[in-house]
Amino acid sequence: MISIKDVKKIFSTKNGKVNAVDNVNLEINEGEIFGVIGYSGAGKSTLIRMLNGLEIPTEGVVSVAGNEVSRIKGASLRKARQEISMIFQHFNLLWSRTVRENIAFPLEIAGVPKKARLERVNELIKLVGLDGREDAYPSQLSGGQKQRVGIARALANNPKVLLCDEATSALDPQTTDSILDLLVDINERLGLTIVLITHEMHVIRKICHRVAVMEGGRIVEIGEVLDVFQKPKEPITKRFVQQVTEPEETKETITHLLSAYPNGQIVQLGFVGGSAEQPLITNLIRHYNVTVNVLQGKISQTQSGSYGTLFIHIDGESDEVTRAIEYIHSQKVGVEVISHA
Amino acid sequence: MLNEWLPNVDWERMWEATKETLYMTSISVIATFILGIILGLLLFLTSKGNIWQNQLVNKIIAAFVNVFRSIPFLILIVLLIPFTKMILGTMIGENAALPALIIGAAPFYARMVEIGLREIDKGVIEASKSMGAKTSTIIWKVLIPESMPALVSGITVTAIALVGYTAMAGVIGAGGLGNLAYLEGFQRSRYDVVWIATIIILIIVFIIQMIGDLITSKLDKR
Repeated sequence: MISIKDVKKIFSTKNGKVNAVDNVNLEINEGEIFGVIGYSGAGKSTLIRMLNGLEIPTEGVVSVAGNEVSRIKGASLRKARQEISMIFQHFNLLWSRTVRENIAFPLEIAGVPKKARLERVNELIKLVGLDGREDAYPSQLSGGQKQRVGIARALANNPKVLLCDEATSALDPQTTDSILDLLVDINERLGLTIVLITHEMHVIRKICHRVAVMEGGRIVEIGEVLDVFQKPKEPITKRFVQQVTEPEETKETITHLLSAYPNGQIVQLGFVGGSAEQPLITNLIRHYNVTVNVLQGKISQTQSGSYGTLFIHIDGESDEVTRAIEYIHSQKVGVEVISHA
Repeated sequence: MLNEWLPNVDWERMWEATKETLYMTSISVIATFILGIILGLLLFLTSKGNIWQNQLVNKIIAAFVNVFRSIPFLILIVLLIPFTKMILGTMIGENAALPALIIGAAPFYARMVEIGLREIDKGVIEASKSMGAKTSTIIWKVLIPESMPALVSGITVTAIALVGYTAMAGVIGAGGLGNLAYLEGFQRSRYDVVWIATIIILIIVFIIQMIGDLITSKLDKR
């Protein structure tokens, strides 16, 4: 559906040239929710803007839904853009238009007659759950409602691809989740390909099938979301994964535990999908002469399965503890011994 | 009673002069509104980072706007005498004031239009582009509606300045309340005429301001 080949984008600034996007290659499949994560300045924003021709690559080829977006201009680019919609961090609605009129805008651009326009707008208002707010102005809406208008507007011309430029970054956590649910719903119901960029791993975890991690204009890691969560390779990916699995408070708890349990070992276990179903802890206590104390646990849901972390404290004879940890290692469970600092 | 207080005021002539002032103001406001928006749009669209980015055109328009905005109005009228004579064949009467009024006010308004357009969120323009909008669509359906409150409050200020300009133009023969106040009032030491003409001008200004504020607040849904 989307193919990015050897794409470079160089910006000339007062302080010399900046490689915003550096030799990126990417294939995104039809019907996929693909996430690009990176800190600000990583080039993800430039990358997504090349997908609808808002930025033209300095080198390389970008093609989306059969259109070579990096080359076409004028009327054919405008036509292509009707199939590649975009939603934005700050919604970018026209304040002078009501919800209904905002959603009708892309239809006006596409030259849809008035009657068909009204019907389509009503459909979209239902789809995004804005019934009753049709005649409100954007200033009268909450952030989440504004983004719903943005989504409805983006879907108006039945696009093949939806680009989300930090679409939930200006929203509170609860609203973020409801917008993400809406995106998954749209993806499943309409088979729409979604590309989103974000700096929040939570967003990737919750809705993406595959993820690419960007740093300094390059894609440093790419893969299935579950795999990336399970075995992050690059240090930056590990940091992003920690955003979800290991919030600040956990770190504090662990430090506290380390001082509270000077004996034995504190172990972090990582479960993926099926491995969570083994009676690991029971086996541990039955077969080894150790005491096991569950300290903290968390299971996160991703689009392709669940992912869990569990902190346990194992105490006993040090040889026995070592053997117990070896046993866990043999059980296809991620193990990390957290040592006493 | 009125005649005792204001012995020299000829109400019929006063009404005639008021109509002339209103005529000059309204025609020049309409022309300034259209011309100013065109110039302001050109200034905005050709500026850096915009749809028609073109430094040369931008500089030329900016220079034109700055020059005509800087010339004092009274001098502008005098400078435009040959031009006015060429297109109207005369330089007396309320029509003769129009070229100077429009050329004096349009660049002033164009700058206000440009400022209004710059206040539009860049993201909104980008969003329209991402939907496949043509430049003409962006102008008519995004730029103008989204800056309308600024355009209206700008034209209100300009209209009030234009009322003042018509009075100035009146002094050198363009008719209207300024002409009446100067020739019939000041020159003949009939100060009651000056006062009444002034009061009528003030009323016109207040009404323009009121209408402008009303429309601006009605339009602004932010």
